[in-house]
Amino acid sequence: MKVASKVYTFLVFLFLYAPIFVLIIFSFNDSDTMSRSVFSGFSLRWYARLFEDRMIMDALKNTLIIAVVAAAVATVLGTVAAIGLNGIRNKWVRRMMMNVTNLPMVNPEIVTGVSLMLLFVFVAQSLGGLSLGMLSLILAHITFCTPYVVLSVLPKLRQMDPHLYEAAQDLGCDPRRAFFKVVLPEIMPGIVTGMIMAFTLSIDDFIISYFTSGTTQTLPIYIYSMTRKRVSPEINALSTLLFVAVLFLLVIVNLRQARDKRAQERKEGLES
Amino acid sequence: MSFKKRFLALFAAALLLLGMSVPAGASSEEEEPAAPKRGVTINVYNWGEYISNGVEGTLDVNAEFTRRTGIDVNYTTFDTNESLYSKLAGGGANYDVIIPSDYMVSKLIEEGYLEKLDFDNIPNFQYIDEQYRNPDYDPTNEYSVPYTWGVVGIFYNKNYVKEEINSWKILWDEKYAGKILMFDNPRDSFGIAQKLLGYSFNSTDEREWQEAAMLLKEQKPLVQAYVMDQIFDKMANGDAWLAPYYAGDAATLVEDNPDIGFAIPTEEGTNFFVDALCIPKGAAHKKEAEEYINFLCDPEIAAANVDYIGYSTPESAAKELLPKETVENPIFYPPQEILDNSEVFVNLPEETSLLLDSLWAEVKMGGPGETATLVAILAGFLLLYIGIVVYKKIKAKRELQ
Repeated sequence: MKVASKVYTFLVFLFLYAPIFVLIIFSFNDSDTMSRSVFSGFSLRWYARLFEDRMIMDALKNTLIIAVVAAAVATVLGTVAAIGLNGIRNKWVRRMMMNVTNLPMVNPEIVTGVSLMLLFVFVAQSLGGLSLGMLSLILAHITFCTPYVVLSVLPKLRQMDPHLYEAAQDLGCDPRRAFFKVVLPEIMPGIVTGMIMAFTLSIDDFIISYFTSGTTQTLPIYIYSMTRKRVSPEINALSTLLFVAVLFLLVIVNLRQARDKRAQERKEGLES
Repeated sequence: MSFKKRFLALFAAALLLLGMSVPAGASSEEEEPAAPKRGVTINVYNWGEYISNGVEGTLDVNAEFTRRTGIDVNYTTFDTNESLYSKLAGGGANYDVIIPSDYMVSKLIEEGYLEKLDFDNIPNFQYIDEQYRNPDYDPTNEYSVPYTWGVVGIFYNKNYVKEEINSWKILWDEKYAGKILMFDNPRDSFGIAQKLLGYSFNSTDEREWQEAAMLLKEQKPLVQAYVMDQIFDKMANGDAWLAPYYAGDAATLVEDNPDIGFAIPTEEGTNFFVDALCIPKGAAHKKEAEEYINFLCDPEIAAANVDYIGYSTPESAAKELLPKETVENPIFYPPQEILDNSEVFVNLPEETSLLLDSLWAEVKMGGPGETATLVAILAGFLLLYIGIVVYKKIKAKRELQ
């Protein structure tokens, strides 16, 4: 039985990660034909070409700028929204608001993308024929990233003892100071998790970007446009680097969460 | 403390690297000083991987244009003519130069999406050979300048396909059942059937399209898959033996793989396609866009460009600058009689293109019968799901009582 369950776990992981491993292996393929099926020796040439390729680098730059700005803004917005939501006393109103916040998450991406595009085009045209671009992309990304931040901050607020904030005020903090000194450190892990999540989601996004990009090109859109000729192994190299970067971020998130949990348990242990 | 030290070391290393790379870069590009920036950026929308981009010692066309003229280029890419069209029709993206294919050019002209070009600003148009001027998709040649062209032919694996290929009929040969690939787009796939039947690509006769569809349905059991760029892998590793595709992509397939050959069916003729430079209506920088088009028509630039892309140039002057083995290669520059026997796609009238869409769906899906089964299966799943939900609800209620 134990063996069976191990085999099963192995198969699940194989299924999940085999494509990524193939991608990584072929990023080191030394082949003139850009073959994706015949491995003909180890080389780093695609990595070298990748950094030489101005178009990929431009697309990457755009993607990163958008991800950083969108994640930062979404984190602030999401945290404020979470605090507001947590403060609503009426159960029904709170549920309503939560549903409205979650809507962009459950909405099919293509619907969000098209509706945002229609809105942006309308606004751009009434402002005198502006072109969509970086700004519309950033706005779109903030829109779909914010709910994820709300979702990761809210549980931390719920876990927090509401009396802490009151106690701080009793001890002479004004509300603002009490927030920064007491509430913020308490919910920080949730904020950081939310921010990293927003960042990775923004880098990933293709569908919404595709509709709202105007004349700006992000990395996923660039890769997609290569499919008439063929996707060059430079993209394998880049994907490998991105995979490693995202993996790194995820490991950080998980370590943080584990540490948190331990701290929580220790605290509870002390209390009892 | 140690962190600070490490940081400083890194910083110093970075500076060193920078210092080394700057003089190296400067010495290689000391021909003429860059033109002063004009503060204008043109938006160019081209096919993916369709311009020489400076990788591995090739010419970086956009950077060279900026250096010579001081105009910045915001270069973006698309994957199909249809996504270019939806971007233009959807609004919100102001392009200055676009590069659609033949039939899309005529569609855009008909629907009023293109601006007439001012050929006084494009003196290099003189290099475009006579035979590529006034094409069927732009009969008066007011809207477009050809960028590259090519023909459709058949890639085959020499180990398995021994006979000579001179007809599209080979794609219907049962000997190669399961080893044949076809285009995953309606115009190219129907085009092959139409040529086999001796009809025009741009026919408006419903009966002719129906016949072509019948022929494709007949072929379907022999076809391994309808694909686009996957043909490179499938052909290279021997999964497939026969695949029609664009000659311009032969460079990546034939040159590095001795087993793969390329042949243009001479018996019925083939499709001759052109990707052309155009300026969309309302372009913000039309003059600079024309400068860009003119720059791309400069024989030297055109030669460097097609050398990288692998498609063919419409300029004899550029051809002279290309390596001899490319120009003499019938894959890239097929003999004149093949070109005379080929036809270019033109936009189809609304009715015909609707007919084509539905016929293509029939060919790929296998007709309305299969759609019905699909709907039935989906409905079945839905019912099952509802059943489970209802059952759980009832069970939960009972347990509560």
